[in-house]
Amino acid sequence: MQPKSPPNPGRRKFLIGATSAVGAVGIAGAAVPFISAFNPSAAAEAAGAPALADISKLAPGEMIIVEWRGTPIYVVKHSEESLSEIDKNLERLADPDSETQVQPSYAKNKYRSRKTGISVLSAVCTHLGCAPKYYPQLGVVDFDSEWQGGFFCPCHGSKFDLAGRVYTGVPAPDNLTVPPHYFKSDDILVIGEDGDVA
Amino acid sequence: MVTKIMNWFDDRLPLTATIERHLTKYPAPINMNIWYLAGVLLVVVLVIQLASGIWLLMNYEPTAEGAFASIQYIMRDVEYGYIIRYMHTTGASAFFALIFLHMFRGMMYGSYQKPRELLWVLGWITYLLLCMLGFTGYVLPWGQMSFWAAQVIMSLFGSIPYIGEDLLTWIRGDYLISGITLNRLFAFHVVLLPLALIAVVFVHILALHEVGSNNPDGVDVKKFKDEDGVPLDTKPFFPYDITHDLYAIGVFLIFFVAIMFFYPDGGGYVIEYVNYEAADNLKTPEHIVPSWYYTPYYAMLRAITFPLFGLTAKFLGFVVMAAGIAIFVALPWLDRSPVKSIKYKGVYSKFFLALFVLSFFVLGYLGSVTSTPLRTLMAQFFTVTYFAYFLLMPIYTKYETCKPVPDRIQLS
Repeated sequence: MQPKSPPNPGRRKFLIGATSAVGAVGIAGAAVPFISAFNPSAAAEAAGAPALADISKLAPGEMIIVEWRGTPIYVVKHSEESLSEIDKNLERLADPDSETQVQPSYAKNKYRSRKTGISVLSAVCTHLGCAPKYYPQLGVVDFDSEWQGGFFCPCHGSKFDLAGRVYTGVPAPDNLTVPPHYFKSDDILVIGEDGDVA
Repeated sequence: MVTKIMNWFDDRLPLTATIERHLTKYPAPINMNIWYLAGVLLVVVLVIQLASGIWLLMNYEPTAEGAFASIQYIMRDVEYGYIIRYMHTTGASAFFALIFLHMFRGMMYGSYQKPRELLWVLGWITYLLLCMLGFTGYVLPWGQMSFWAAQVIMSLFGSIPYIGEDLLTWIRGDYLISGITLNRLFAFHVVLLPLALIAVVFVHILALHEVGSNNPDGVDVKKFKDEDGVPLDTKPFFPYDITHDLYAIGVFLIFFVAIMFFYPDGGGYVIEYVNYEAADNLKTPEHIVPSWYYTPYYAMLRAITFPLFGLTAKFLGFVVMAAGIAIFVALPWLDRSPVKSIKYKGVYSKFFLALFVLSFFVLGYLGSVTSTPLRTLMAQFFTVTYFAYFLLMPIYTKYETCKPVPDRIQLS
């Protein structure tokens, strides 16, 4: 026996549609906590928050190390002399124009810095993640007879110039990474945010 | 007495009917061969993995600080802990070895063809789940390779245009791979994925018992039935199939325990040596290699070295790798052949299947070694031939001459 067709088919259709729509909204709402819980927690956000550094006492040629997101960041103030000679050994560099995207666009210049004279570089060798050491002195050093100042990785011998540009013929493939950063004032450097991109 | 108890149950639950339908009286084609053992062995491995996994869970600590040490604790201090762990690692490799054989069997005998399309799709889902289980499980010991494999695989999501970086942060739950990431992979590995796997395997077997097993000749055994409706060219699972299955399980377990007891590292393939070092986010291993069962896809990922259509090489590699795994699902609709089994298919089908197997093995090798320009070129070539098997299938299966398929199974 066929069941009788229900009365008011239009009303039933509307009620089914309306109930489904409300149900879908409910499911979408219930999904919010499940999806949001995947985001970095407040603690993870705090640990990943931008790092501040006071650079007012940094003398030319000096470097400080700032920790940001568990990795060391080198902040170097260059002397006028080293800045003027930054392009002296271009032929020894693998990517002198910073073509590889390991820096924000505002640091894609020959000093690889947002503010000329201040380098902000991730101290993680692009080869295998060791921390390159800072060798500002010029001339003969243990690992190079014509050293122009820069960074040398003791693990596998990668060399970078003062702007963090990698030398050719070393294991590291890329220049040192420049993390996002901006200058809140002349003295305060913020690492981890782009600030207003000029 | 037994009858009485069974009757009591049968009045309340379709117990006898279920046992007869799915086990004792399940009609299996009379010409099933050794390739048909992989399925039953997969069920055995599933049980091994569940049992050893639950026991590992009793001593494992899912934190970035404690995970590595708790594995060492299991290996050294827990009685027979090392056996439980090696059982699980060997089981993981066995799972993949068997599912590859099981899939190859399906490809060879056209087991994905009508009416078994859904059965094939369900099997493909179990393969996806296994891939995810393998990856999430690999991260849990929190060794160097665990950490960096997670780093490499997860950073692939970062290569997706526009949303990549945010998606990556969302997946990791942090700005770098951390204990937070470990904890969520742990939740997936021990709860979500096993639950899903058991559910899908269950439905896979239900679907198999609905459509019936294929056979090496690809003959439809349901065409000729006896007066009880049982296909003529089949025999009941009990006692005929169960006996040779038990024998096969015995032989399989001999090999399984041989690896587990005497060769648990599998020469660095089952357990990679780098993973004996605790995870260190400041030090990348010299050479990141995935487990052997992912190497064909890892080779595809690395084979894409050029950007195209404004998309980065990294993202394209990710797409090709994912496509290499995903494309199996399309097989039932790519094959236009009137016959199922490779025995009756034409020469093109045989050629392309052989080419596919060769590509799979060569890519598997290339994915396990460091890349050189020549190897990259080879990986590119064999990625193309891998996909050619699938993408050219609608053409070569349509235009080849097949041999006539007999009505009944012929036992020589």
